[in-house]
Amino acid sequence: MLKIKNINTYYGKVHALKNVSLHLNAGEIVTLLGANGAGKTTILNTLSALTPAGSGEILFEGARIEALPPDRIVKLGICQVPEGRQVFKPLSVEDNLELGAYLRYRSREGRGAIKKDLEKVYQLFPRLLERRGQMAGTLSGGEQQMLAIGRALMARPRLLLLDEPSMGLAPLIVQEIFRVIETLRQESGTTVLLVEQNAKAALKMADRGYVMETGKVILEGVASELLENKEVQRAYLGKEKKEIWER
Amino acid sequence: MKREPVKYALLVAVALLAPLYFSGGYLMNVLVFVGINTLLVVALNLLLGFAGQISLGHAGFFGLGAYISAILTATHQVNPWLVMLIAALAVSALAFLIGFPVLKLKGHYLAMATLGLGIIIYIFFNEAVDITGGPSGFSGVPNLSIGALVFDDDVKNYYLVWSFTLVVILLAVNLSRSRIGRALRAIHDSEVAARVMGVNVRLLKVQIFALSAFISALAGSLYAHVMTFVAPASFGFHFSVELVTMVIIGGLGSVYGSLLGAALLTLLPEMLRAFQDYDIIIYGLILILATMFMPGGLVRGIPAVLAAILPKKQERG
Ligand SMILES: Nc1ncnc2c1ncn2[C@@H]1O[C@H](COP(=O)(O)OP(=O)(O)OP(=O)(O)O)[C@@H](O)[C@H]1O
Ligand SMILES: [Mg+2]
Repeated sequence: MLKIKNINTYYGKVHALKNVSLHLNAGEIVTLLGANGAGKTTILNTLSALTPAGSGEILFEGARIEALPPDRIVKLGICQVPEGRQVFKPLSVEDNLELGAYLRYRSREGRGAIKKDLEKVYQLFPRLLERRGQMAGTLSGGEQQMLAIGRALMARPRLLLLDEPSMGLAPLIVQEIFRVIETLRQESGTTVLLVEQNAKAALKMADRGYVMETGKVILEGVASELLENKEVQRAYLGKEKKEIWER
Repeated sequence: MKREPVKYALLVAVALLAPLYFSGGYLMNVLVFVGINTLLVVALNLLLGFAGQISLGHAGFFGLGAYISAILTATHQVNPWLVMLIAALAVSALAFLIGFPVLKLKGHYLAMATLGLGIIIYIFFNEAVDITGGPSGFSGVPNLSIGALVFDDDVKNYYLVWSFTLVVILLAVNLSRSRIGRALRAIHDSEVAARVMGVNVRLLKVQIFALSAFISALAGSLYAHVMTFVAPASFGFHFSVELVTMVIIGGLGSVYGSLLGAALLTLLPEMLRAFQDYDIIIYGLILILATMFMPGGLVRGIPAVLAAILPKKQERG
């Protein structure tokens, strides 16, 4: 479904992505792990065309998309839930959700379809329904994350890019959010690229994973294997160094 | 019943009936300018209050509309209604072109750039003496007319100007409640998140800048025909700042707030005449107090004050 081939992305002189290649098959949940500053967010932003690639190819369902502007990417069905949620704080919950469908108002499907999707999001996150008229900035962190995901769903993405949805949230809320991601895959066949610090939870849910370090992909594999990988355990699963050394 | 249509119907009724009360007095004339300023403040609020983009050059767009109407109708005898449309289209086209480079800037830099734009236009009015008449101004602008009806006194001009104002208010209210209005407020809060949602931020900012310039130029044309005289002094930096003040005092991001801001700051100097030399001090004080005690502008502050003063009837249920 998605193929990234040898992309390089720069912030001025900073070479943030170095010959990165990865792919996603339709319906997969793939997780992207890596330390702070490894370039995970940069990959998502390159996909969304916020920070376009300097070189390399991105193929979405066979078509080159690396030169398209962000709104065309959304139209194609790729939607990002940005790092730190970035809900529109002064707008109501419902306005936020409707903004997710921004590009759909002019398409043929009509407002009825948008209304239906709104209902679906409220079913997925009943808390948002209770707070539909509330200003998004006054929601709790977990509710804001639900809103950010709901907002992205309103664009009807076929590929959903999630940037650290568990950041700063209590375990219970994280579970709820991960459950929703799995439901999405089951019910709508949504493909998911999930950036996570919470490596264990992410690898448990995902089919495959990639590990990044300083702008490069250094490891890739089936999720269950990565869970067993010593390097991954040491760096991301918080197993004590001693424990690994002693083996 | 929905609140929006009721609010608007009320406004239309008050606007239509006001001359019954004020006609003959000099306030009638002031109310004409309340109408013109409301047009300008609504225009600027779309940009500043909704999209969050400052402009300190809006007096320039206003002036361009006024001068284009004045010159083409007085010197070249072109149909004034046609000129009004041409002026608005030309000024918004200019804003569209300038908008692409200028609206890339943010915050203080955008303020500086639009300030520069306003100053360049102002200098042009002063220096292009052959076309504009220079600092002493340009007179002999004809009044507007429809058939035998000539808009040549305050009451007629009032209805002329306010029919534009009411239409623009209606359009602005609808725009602000549409998906475009939501997108503008989204840009205001986070450009990155708006882009991720598929909003073409750069284009939308330029489009709203052009729309704002269109309305400002329209106000300029009306001004020229109402005054029958235009001079650069009305279109300087000072007036641009005054417009920004009206937007903020009225309420950022509120169309009805724009009306309140324009009305207060246009009427206030007239009411303070009695204080003679102290008027400017009192004017300043009122502005300071308004921003201190009504940080959301009159449109949010007045209901809050009323709610605090009036006994709460519903509380006992
Ligand atoms: N706007 C920017 N300007 C310059 N350098 C940047 C910019 N954004 C990111 N970088 C750099 O690019 C590299 C990758 O950053 P990125 O945000 O992709 O990391 P990340 O893997 O998402 O980290 P984290 O887990 O902390 O979110 C970092 O070295 C960072 O300093
Ligand atoms: Mg990141």
